[in-house]
Amino acid sequence: MCENCKMNEIESSFPAEMVDVSLMDNMLDKYKEQEGSLISILQETQDLYGFLSLDAMKYIAEKTDYNRTYIYSVATFYSQFRFNPVGKNLILTCQGTACHVNGSKEIATAICSKLNIAPGDTTDDGLFTFENVACLGCCSLAPVIMVNDQVYGKLTVDKATQLIDDIYLKEQKGSSIEN
Amino acid sequence: MKIRVGLGSCGIAASGNDVYDVLNTYIADNGLDVDIEPTGCIGMCFYEPIVDILQDDKVYSYINVDHDKAKEIAKRHLMVGEVLDEYIGYSTDLKIDYLEKQQKIALENCGLINPNSIDDYLNNNGYDATRKALSQMSQVDIIDSLKQANLRGRGGAGFPTWFKWDAAYKSPGDVKYIVCNADEGDPGAFMDRSLLEGDPHRVIEGLIIGGYAIGANTGLIYCRAEYPLAIERLQTAIDQAKEKGFLGKNIFDSGFDFELVIKKGAGAFVCGEETALIESLEGNRGMPRLKPPYPAQSGYWNKPTNINNVETLANIPYIIRNGAGAYATIGSEKSTGTKVFALSGKIKNGGLVEVPMGISLREIIFDIGGGIKDGGSFKAVQLGGPSGGCIPASLLDTKVTYEDINKTGAIMGSGGMVVMDESTCMVDIAKFFLEFTCEESCGKCTYCRVGTKRMYELLIKITEGHGEMSDLDELESLATSIQSASLCGLGQTAPNPVLTGLKYFRDEYVDHIVNKKCVAKKCTNLLTYSIVEDKCIGCSVCSKKCPVDAIEGSLKSPYHIDTDQCIKCGNCVTACKFDAIIVE
Repeated sequence: MCENCKMNEIESSFPAEMVDVSLMDNMLDKYKEQEGSLISILQETQDLYGFLSLDAMKYIAEKTDYNRTYIYSVATFYSQFRFNPVGKNLILTCQGTACHVNGSKEIATAICSKLNIAPGDTTDDGLFTFENVACLGCCSLAPVIMVNDQVYGKLTVDKATQLIDDIYLKEQKGSSIEN
Repeated sequence: MKIRVGLGSCGIAASGNDVYDVLNTYIADNGLDVDIEPTGCIGMCFYEPIVDILQDDKVYSYINVDHDKAKEIAKRHLMVGEVLDEYIGYSTDLKIDYLEKQQKIALENCGLINPNSIDDYLNNNGYDATRKALSQMSQVDIIDSLKQANLRGRGGAGFPTWFKWDAAYKSPGDVKYIVCNADEGDPGAFMDRSLLEGDPHRVIEGLIIGGYAIGANTGLIYCRAEYPLAIERLQTAIDQAKEKGFLGKNIFDSGFDFELVIKKGAGAFVCGEETALIESLEGNRGMPRLKPPYPAQSGYWNKPTNINNVETLANIPYIIRNGAGAYATIGSEKSTGTKVFALSGKIKNGGLVEVPMGISLREIIFDIGGGIKDGGSFKAVQLGGPSGGCIPASLLDTKVTYEDINKTGAIMGSGGMVVMDESTCMVDIAKFFLEFTCEESCGKCTYCRVGTKRMYELLIKITEGHGEMSDLDELESLATSIQSASLCGLGQTAPNPVLTGLKYFRDEYVDHIVNKKCVAKKCTNLLTYSIVEDKCIGCSVCSKKCPVDAIEGSLKSPYHIDTDQCIKCGNCVTACKFDAIIVE
């Protein structure tokens, strides 16, 4: 396989989602003189769009000295980076030891079956993304989930599904007000 | 009168912010002369949110405060000075074992000062150590002092800190770096998070002193992105220190310049390893480098670099202020000082504890932690996360020192201490850790990349009831190969959970393989759910809760579970109010 075909193959593995790349200009300027800041650039890009889109990564390659292969190799190495748009509510379930011992698996299964998605996926209505993450460091409150940066501890299957119901309810109310 | 509200991550998760708002609003609305401040984690996560009221040289600590309790405390204690005994957990006059058995050095200020206030820190001997080090001590004095104190790295391996500082100090070069490793990745550990959230200036002091001792003018803090609050408070602390002249040019007129930068990690466990961390700092994939050269000779941008863990650095100000002698008297000859542990799992009082080295595991778990929760009995304690192992009940009197813990086959680790009861399956827990290491292996060394995967697959096979006795030999042989053929600590220690499991809980492995039984009732493939006809009143609740419609029957007569359809989710057991469903 030639170099170009290889690159095409790699790039076609990323979902094609368009974003307005010009939003990155200020940020890229900031890191211009700083050697070794690719991870920071990728983090700020993800902060901007919620995920790393293929065209955003290509844009970084265009504006910096990093080549595309290198950018993809770094981006795919770290679990923080995602390549799909994220739902309105991001649910992270802690996979730490204390949570495991206290039944995090049952809670993850319950939330997934409630939302009808697999870990890492987003619901069709775009309201929820569910992800398993490494230890959130709130072990004494195990089992723990984080919803939009807010930690919920000492969960049971019932409490967790209730939490999802509450968010649904809030979203529905919100949209009826907007209408 | 002064109020402190515990607002570490645990306090916030327990709705501490709401409590803070209730009290703050009340004070403002009623024009009371009361100061209210947030504080970090005091370590008693099971009591959060905690509200301390400091009044007439006494401290009253209200525990598990909620919205309504906060209102009542405001109305009665703040307004008319009435102490609400029924809500008090501990106070100046009411001592509790959880605190009394601890000895706090690294956590000295945690939960007592406002982490956002440098003045608060200064009022508690803050930056005295830096002043003393920079104006009265030479670089060699400081390194000697650490040698006398015998401080060992708190990140896990327990390598002597003075040795690393000395190597970096002696390494030739004008540009050197000191790095704080705050990439706390062990699942089950949150010591560093609490320290950074509760007393960030202490870690900054450790870095300034370390930078001075080895001759580094730049410090970097590599912190997990999963700790947003820690990063925020550290940044505030760095800005304040700069403003006061503790960071920047010519600190304390010593001619020493020092700058500090935070770099966010991006979620890779392997980056806790020194050379992988350096790769990540440089913006690359976090894959370990071949050693030697060691970071002390060639680290960040190939310059001499010294890397210390958060807790190690937090001990430095104490040693400099109080002298190496004071520190060395605590603990055993080879393991001095204190160690912070994150106590969690099936423990009654889970939280953060700092204990003198030499204390026994039993004292930590039963005297401080209050024993096992929900009336369970102790089965094992896991130390050292994915690099460590499970210590059984027969070794509960093991002393907490590097030498004694290592003898058990576990490691001291960074401080995760996860307590397990009889509902924890030792094969399942080994599988849990192997799944973790196999996912986190960076892939550079074949034995670590493929070997951990093979071990994980064997454990799946055993927990699913297809295990053979020869699998145990295979596990042991893979373990030895992975240990000897991996470049970094991740691979070298990855087999430990299985090895300690086979050493202390071999019977449980054999039970899974030979009898196809899981005594802990955790391995679902080995379980059968059935309904006891005599106990079932035919209420149909279980059948409604069953996600796969495997429970059938008609109202008021006993129901039945179709074992072929049953996915063993356990929903029916939780739903049944008559204990009619048994799991075997």
